[in-house]
Amino acid sequence: MAKSTESPMVEINAVSKSFGDVRAVDGVDAVIREGEFFSLLGPSGCGKTTLLRLISGFEHPDDGHIVIAGQNMDQVEPNHRPTNLVFQSYAIFPHLNVEENVAYGLKRNGVSKDEIAEQVNEMLTLVDLSGYNKRPAYALSGGQRQRVALARALIMKPKVLLLDEPLSALDRKLREQMQIELRGLQRTVGITFILVTHDQEEALTMSDRIAVMFDGNIAQLATPQELYSRPKTRRIASFIGVMNFVEGTLRKVTAKTLEVEAGPFGKVTMAPDQMPAPLEPGAVTVGIRPEMLTVLFSAKEKAEIEVTGVITNTAYFGDMTYYSVQIDGIDEDVTVSMRNTAGRRVLAVGEETRIGLGRESLIILS
Amino acid sequence: MALWFNKESRSGLKLVSAPFGFSLLLLAVPLSLMVLLSFWTQDYLTLDRTLTLNNYREIGSHPVYALLMKRSVIISLMVTTITVALAFPMAYYISFYGGKRKALWLFLITIPFWTSYLLRIFMWKIILGYNGVLNSTLQGLSFIDEPLTFILYNSNAVVIALAHAWAPFAILPIFVALEKIDRSLLEAAHDLGDGPVRRFFRITLPLAAPGIIASALIIFIPTVGDYITPKMVGGTDGLMIANMIQVQFSKANNAPLGAALAVTSMVMVGLIALGFVFLNRRWLRRQA
Ligand SMILES: Nc1ncnc2c1ncn2[C@@H]1O[C@H](COP(=O)(O)OP(=O)(O)O)[C@@H](O)[C@H]1O
Ligand SMILES: [Mg+2]
Repeated sequence: MAKSTESPMVEINAVSKSFGDVRAVDGVDAVIREGEFFSLLGPSGCGKTTLLRLISGFEHPDDGHIVIAGQNMDQVEPNHRPTNLVFQSYAIFPHLNVEENVAYGLKRNGVSKDEIAEQVNEMLTLVDLSGYNKRPAYALSGGQRQRVALARALIMKPKVLLLDEPLSALDRKLREQMQIELRGLQRTVGITFILVTHDQEEALTMSDRIAVMFDGNIAQLATPQELYSRPKTRRIASFIGVMNFVEGTLRKVTAKTLEVEAGPFGKVTMAPDQMPAPLEPGAVTVGIRPEMLTVLFSAKEKAEIEVTGVITNTAYFGDMTYYSVQIDGIDEDVTVSMRNTAGRRVLAVGEETRIGLGRESLIILS
Repeated sequence: MALWFNKESRSGLKLVSAPFGFSLLLLAVPLSLMVLLSFWTQDYLTLDRTLTLNNYREIGSHPVYALLMKRSVIISLMVTTITVALAFPMAYYISFYGGKRKALWLFLITIPFWTSYLLRIFMWKIILGYNGVLNSTLQGLSFIDEPLTFILYNSNAVVIALAHAWAPFAILPIFVALEKIDRSLLEAAHDLGDGPVRRFFRITLPLAAPGIIASALIIFIPTVGDYITPKMVGGTDGLMIANMIQVQFSKANNAPLGAALAVTSMVMVGLIALGFVFLNRRWLRRQA
């Protein structure tokens, strides 16, 4: 957040790539800025890896161009691009030890032995592997392999570091730790990172900006906060976190207000920014996050909009309780999350309750 | 390297113990008998069972044995070098460019095995002979005036025939080693700045080395002891140690000397094979 500047580092201009009949990347436009932590987020098979391989030069676009640091990459091979890639499988050279793996890219250009050793140690310290110099590749754990792959790429001082699902092979705890470390590392080195992931939580916690990809296209490119609170489509909304949907009708659009018939929530007047993608009046989907809905436990509690429903399921998570609530006029049960504050009881299945919400928490989706 | 005997390998050992015992019986027993035989002596048809080193002294004192051994090893090393050098590009091509046709290529490689080895040697005789295919073609094209004689009934002919016969055996281990190389390693090397030549020498070759060494051993060990090829196309100066061993067991009626020759050449082949393996280790280290 702090380091990224406005100057473009990677420009992707109308890039397409097909494999046979499969359009893996289908006319993607994006600008990735210098020094930012950028994520490509999408379900498996949406073309993330292909896009990353187009940037690194292992695939060539059928159409369009990629410009890195102001230079057109059309004719540039991977070994001459200012990018380095951390492979999903890490691709640690099995016949080399840690130090030789990390030094691999330096050993060519007549860099002196002392200097190589110095840089290797510096990198190993950076990724928290100092002292592992002579450890053979086969004796490394998953997390250590990942660090070696990082060090091996970073030692090349790339302008852009590309990471293909670098954490997906790690167990949950290590993954969460590495998310924080990776973000910290990016701030330290100040290099542009492009991370591919299918894990929305990972993208949200680590990135400056996220491009959500479906079917070879970027569906939305935004900051994590914007993406979560202002998703453009129903598909994006349900991919990022949990969202409840209500079928509604957009009645009137003016410069200052939107008027929506939102099913059981009734007629609601909203601010224009609650409709991220401009729509014409007509049938729309209205979305609301579970934490924006409140269980009104007593008659004293009031909300701007109130509906009644019946609890059909509860899931107790310690700090939170998730309720499934059946509300007349909404097809699927609505999910409501409540913080378990002191003295607050947990409702039982079958209980009738009032649910409250504020009109500013609704989003209009296409 | 420290975990030789974990649970998995112990159950593995149990699994191989039966076949292992079987091959022990079939290999170790005859082998020990042969070693024992080499310390006996024979006078025409009577076997003298007193233990003696006389056979080995005999081998040491007559230079013909050393000559034959040396020639066997040299021919074999030449065959090994040529075969592996020819097999590598083929294996490389199939593995990296075979695409969906890998199985077909491997199948085609086995075609020479469809005819008997003896037949194949006779074909070499026809090709390499004084009035053979090669000589008449070259003469017909006026490349040569006189037929070439250095290509049949000498060690060159043995090398050619053996190299041809063993090529498929050399291709397979190299192919397997190349197949096992994770292609993302080559991409990683590419990404880290290496062009195609560097990638080959820094990644492909070191990782294929075990396959190359296996190939070399598979060719070297049996060809040292080959006797049918030298007999058919080797003439007199193409004879190898196995021909001498065969003579001792049959015409010369001196099985103990034959056994001593066999043991000597076995030890030598064993030492050279160990050398191969050792070189492999060293080479891998140095690449590292
Ligand atoms: N080398 C290839 N050959 C054929 N199809 C491919 C190849 N690489 C990717 N694809 C196809 O392109 C689509 C996108 O793949 P990919 O970029 O790997 O997706 P992701 O990384 O988002 O899971 C998939 O349908 C995949 O099957
Ligand atoms: Mg992928």
